[in-house]
Amino acid sequence: MDQLLQQLINGLAWGAIYALIALGYTMVYGVLRLINFAHGDVYMVGAMMAYYLAHWLGFAVAPSTIGFVIVLTSSMLICGALGALIELVAYRPLRNRPRMSMLITAIGVSMLLEFGGQRVFGPDPKFFPQLIESRSLFKAGAVVLTNIDLLVICVSLFLMVVLRFIVLRTKIGLAVRAVSFSFETSSLMGINVNTVISVTFVIGSALAAAAGAMVGLRNPKIEPLMGVLPGVKAFVAAVLGGIGNFPGAVVGGLVMGVTETLVAAYFSSTYRDAVAFVILIVVLLVRPAGLFGKVTVEKV
Amino acid sequence: MLTIRNLHVRYGAVHALQGVSLTVAAGEIVTLIGSNGAGKSTLLRAISGLHRPSAGEILWKGAAQIETLAPHRIVALGLCHVPEGRQVFANLTVRENLDLGAYQRKDKAEIREGIERAYTLFPILKERQQQLSGTLSGGEQQMLAIARALMARPELLLLDEPSLGLAPLVVQTIFKVIQEINAQGTTILLVEQNAHMALRIAQRGYVLQTGKIVLEDSGKNLLNSPEVRAAYLGD
Repeated sequence: MDQLLQQLINGLAWGAIYALIALGYTMVYGVLRLINFAHGDVYMVGAMMAYYLAHWLGFAVAPSTIGFVIVLTSSMLICGALGALIELVAYRPLRNRPRMSMLITAIGVSMLLEFGGQRVFGPDPKFFPQLIESRSLFKAGAVVLTNIDLLVICVSLFLMVVLRFIVLRTKIGLAVRAVSFSFETSSLMGINVNTVISVTFVIGSALAAAAGAMVGLRNPKIEPLMGVLPGVKAFVAAVLGGIGNFPGAVVGGLVMGVTETLVAAYFSSTYRDAVAFVILIVVLLVRPAGLFGKVTVEKV
Repeated sequence: MLTIRNLHVRYGAVHALQGVSLTVAAGEIVTLIGSNGAGKSTLLRAISGLHRPSAGEILWKGAAQIETLAPHRIVALGLCHVPEGRQVFANLTVRENLDLGAYQRKDKAEIREGIERAYTLFPILKERQQQLSGTLSGGEQQMLAIARALMARPELLLLDEPSLGLAPLVVQTIFKVIQEINAQGTTILLVEQNAHMALRIAQRGYVLQTGKIVLEDSGKNLLNSPEVRAAYLGD
């Protein structure tokens, strides 16, 4: 029982991370119908930026919660800009080309970030500074809830609430929903479609950066290829929830995180990374539109 | 108000508009009739910036050349296009659709006024305001599409086949409102296949055939012209 509870806590923390990344996949898919394969690598850049910022700003030697907040938000801003830049340079010129061109370009951007990252940041793992000292907040038997776990879950939850507010209650959110329905009709409303697409990339990439910076706190070893597997898993989480669907991405992420930790705990940690692919295969076989996705009948 | 000179539009090898010239004066209802594939929608799409013409010019208020502007900039100038097939945002509510129509407007009071006006023109929209617009009937969607365009307070309204696929009674309601909107000061360029209805409410009309304007006259004269009667009114 204790072990189960403990694993659930771990699973939820990882699930929150996957959910944040999955939201970016789902947002970009919503407006561009593109699986942005570079998204997992933006998460890596988020962790790297947080690492460098923590050192440059001196928080690495003088850890504090406020320091972490500053590092987190700055990393989100930088990655938001990176996301907009990727869209501008790599995807926008291909907007009116066959969708496959953009998809292949996304794979290219992903590789550029991974191997460019090895060049710029160095291929060896770095150790993320302990910006917040890990303490156990709550102990019952063998179950420990650390402040880091709680922070990861709370910050993720907060960002999701903010995102929900933006999408459902603000003008730009309304524009995002309109653009995801039709570029052409949106432009006839006076919406600058390019701006809206940029904003989507900014928000999605900022969420991934937040995930990256928080992962640094829990699992301090960071390196340029760290985004590959979480990227794939978050993508599967988005598909599981129904790609293009916001609540679906969150639920998908949590299910992914919990399942993965439970499998690692009760079967073998060797199977940990296989879980994502099993889930993907099952979803595609049983419910290709995902848990919350609408089954659309393609009219021919 | 709107002057089009020698406009050409191509889609790849298809030469959809071949030197179209027309004018719309402030306060008019001008209609453009023609059969399927004549280029009527293409012309509206060129005006609102959805298609870049290959040659020719589109002048707004006699001065500004607008044929190279992006669609959202053209909306800002006061031209609004109600596209063919209504194109309401089916995933959004009626109210959200109206709000999108006012996307470039800042003044909250003005937007509220616009919404009130939309509900006065089409009372059914008020009843349906929280409903997803995808669940509306075709006629209600057309009303929403027109109301949404009016939210931007256009000086010129481009209407593409508002009668398409609607029951005759609904078509009459919509045409009555089009006249009302015009009477309230909005100039209208109306593209229609229902030539009879269109010519009856228009001051002037143009007949478009395979990318060229072949006739131009007052609505009344076109309605009585033997060529038009034979080709478009089914006599």
